[in-house]
Amino acid sequence: MNNVQKQKRANKSLPFFFKDEFKVSFIIIFVSLVLLISTFTFDIVPPILNRGIQPATFPKGLLVLIIILTSVVYYLSLKKPWDIKKKLPQSFYLTLLSFMFFIIVSKTLDFFLGISLLSVFVSYCWGERRIIYLLLVSIIFPIIVFIFFETILGLRFPPGIITNIYYQV
Amino acid sequence: MENLSLMFAPLFSSKLMIVLVFGTLFGLILGVLPGLGPTTGGALILPFTMTLDPLSAIVLLTAIYCSATYGGAITAVLINTPGTPAAAATCLDGYPLAQKGEAGRALGMATVSSTIGGIFSVIVLVFFAPLLAKLAYEFGQPEYFALAIFGLTMLASIGEGSPIKNLIAGAFGILISTIGKDFMTSIERFTYGINELSEGIGFIPVVVGLFAISEMLTQSTLLNQVFKRVALKAVKLPGILDYKKTWKTILRSSGIGSFIGVLPAEGGTVASLIGYSEAKRWSKNPEEFGKGSVEGIAGAEAANNAATGGAMVPTLALGIPGSATTAVILTGLIIHGVRPGPDLFREQPDFLYGIFGSMLIANILFFIFGFFGAKVFARITLVPNKLLWPMIFAVSVCGTYSLSQSILDVWIMLFFGVIGFFMRRYGFSVVPVIIGLILGELVEGTLRQSLVIFEGNWLLFLTRPIVVTFFVLSLIALIFPLLRKKRT
Repeated sequence: MNNVQKQKRANKSLPFFFKDEFKVSFIIIFVSLVLLISTFTFDIVPPILNRGIQPATFPKGLLVLIIILTSVVYYLSLKKPWDIKKKLPQSFYLTLLSFMFFIIVSKTLDFFLGISLLSVFVSYCWGERRIIYLLLVSIIFPIIVFIFFETILGLRFPPGIITNIYYQV
Repeated sequence: MENLSLMFAPLFSSKLMIVLVFGTLFGLILGVLPGLGPTTGGALILPFTMTLDPLSAIVLLTAIYCSATYGGAITAVLINTPGTPAAAATCLDGYPLAQKGEAGRALGMATVSSTIGGIFSVIVLVFFAPLLAKLAYEFGQPEYFALAIFGLTMLASIGEGSPIKNLIAGAFGILISTIGKDFMTSIERFTYGINELSEGIGFIPVVVGLFAISEMLTQSTLLNQVFKRVALKAVKLPGILDYKKTWKTILRSSGIGSFIGVLPAEGGTVASLIGYSEAKRWSKNPEEFGKGSVEGIAGAEAANNAATGGAMVPTLALGIPGSATTAVILTGLIIHGVRPGPDLFREQPDFLYGIFGSMLIANILFFIFGFFGAKVFARITLVPNKLLWPMIFAVSVCGTYSLSQSILDVWIMLFFGVIGFFMRRYGFSVVPVIIGLILGELVEGTLRQSLVIFEGNWLLFLTRPIVVTFFVLSLIALIFPLLRKKRT
């Protein structure tokens, strides 16, 4: 018995709430319901200013449609289960972590420092060990990008410990 | 006839020719690199187009569109991985033929059929777009609403995925377009007190997130994947026997591709799959398909490149994107203050025919670059992902930030990157989200204005023949993929 068959058999014995089909459908329906409830808090336009329909009506209709279609998808998945997905590798979670790291660094320290650190972190986690290439992606390339956007597009990047030095703030 | 002569204006403008050459080369690089493509590339380069005049900007985007669509074939033939989704069908016969030691012949056939398909579609564009624009003069708000609905229902048949999942993704795209101030009453929707969201969510952060960032996450799961490369000596033009065998297929696929391209929301991916299966159906040697048939390569490649010109027809004539990449081009037009639609044909023929001419030249340029430089472009795939993707991340972040100089756009991009990854993982295509996002305002706006005209009576939609026609077509568009799925 190969790995896929083993996984399929293991998946069959799982309770329904552990299956991908249920988890994905549940998340979509749950988020849609939360959004649907929030549409009831939208301001209501007085009838004299109302153009056609209320501003909340269209998003409400869309959310109801998404909920109905997702229910159909889940119902169909009971008859024909989705393909088994491989477990996500560690490198995926590290890349995802690097995004959060980037948000924190660029918010608190510096936008370009965030890009540099993410680049070196991702490159290292994906297997790059040569110092020269790590320097290339983390320092040289972001500098080229910075100069390019700064000079050609006349873009002013958000303030931070490195950009402030450049802008001589 | 006078307008047709405007098509050759780019040939006499050194600036446009430089833009065309750069766009074609850049598009080829994007096409060759798996995971990137014309949509991501177009979105990434959009901020740079702000330094150009509107015509040069759109010429750049269309050159990228044409050449990246072809560029995907190089990777499909040499490493059995489609550089773009539209080249997926090319792998089926391109790689087996390359394995037989005929990589040059396979790429030669892909190059020739792509060029013929591309040029054929530009001819369709030149003659069909003005006709459609004329027809659009008859359209009022209800007709535009019905047309947009037709465009959205066509999402059901995008790719090989579940039609219902595609519709969910499309509805999600429209929902994103409702974030921010309601454009008719200025009432805030889904902003939750965040001031920056009042203006709505930009198109570029969503596109870059859904395509580039989600692809980066996908690549992080494929680090151990090993590509088997086939060596390429030189691209060979097809011999007379190959031409005899494939000319009908090339013409048929060019027609199919142009037609599929004209349909709202459908693009090169659907065109190449249909072009390939039709080539097999009509072939005298269907048993050769999947084993290195030149007809298979010609069928897929002529169709996907023919879809480029076709997809520009509704984009320019109606402002309805024919594919995900033309949604980016449409955004480029709007950013540069050009409003697509029938008035554009009347007021700015030089602009339009400049685009048509540039697309024609781009098809010839990628033939030259592809024929002489495929070997060099193939080497680009040797750039390791561990270096390439951090660099793409840096460009994505800066490009997204640059359009409105808002850091929130960068967070939105990352958010949609994660959403896009999980959507793709669980079989939801991200293309409908893009189309839904761009059509959202049109759908809601025309619906509400129509209801104002009809004084709230929904049944009056059915009193207009064009509306009824589009509703019937929408119904067919919904039912057809479900029936096809059931049959298969």
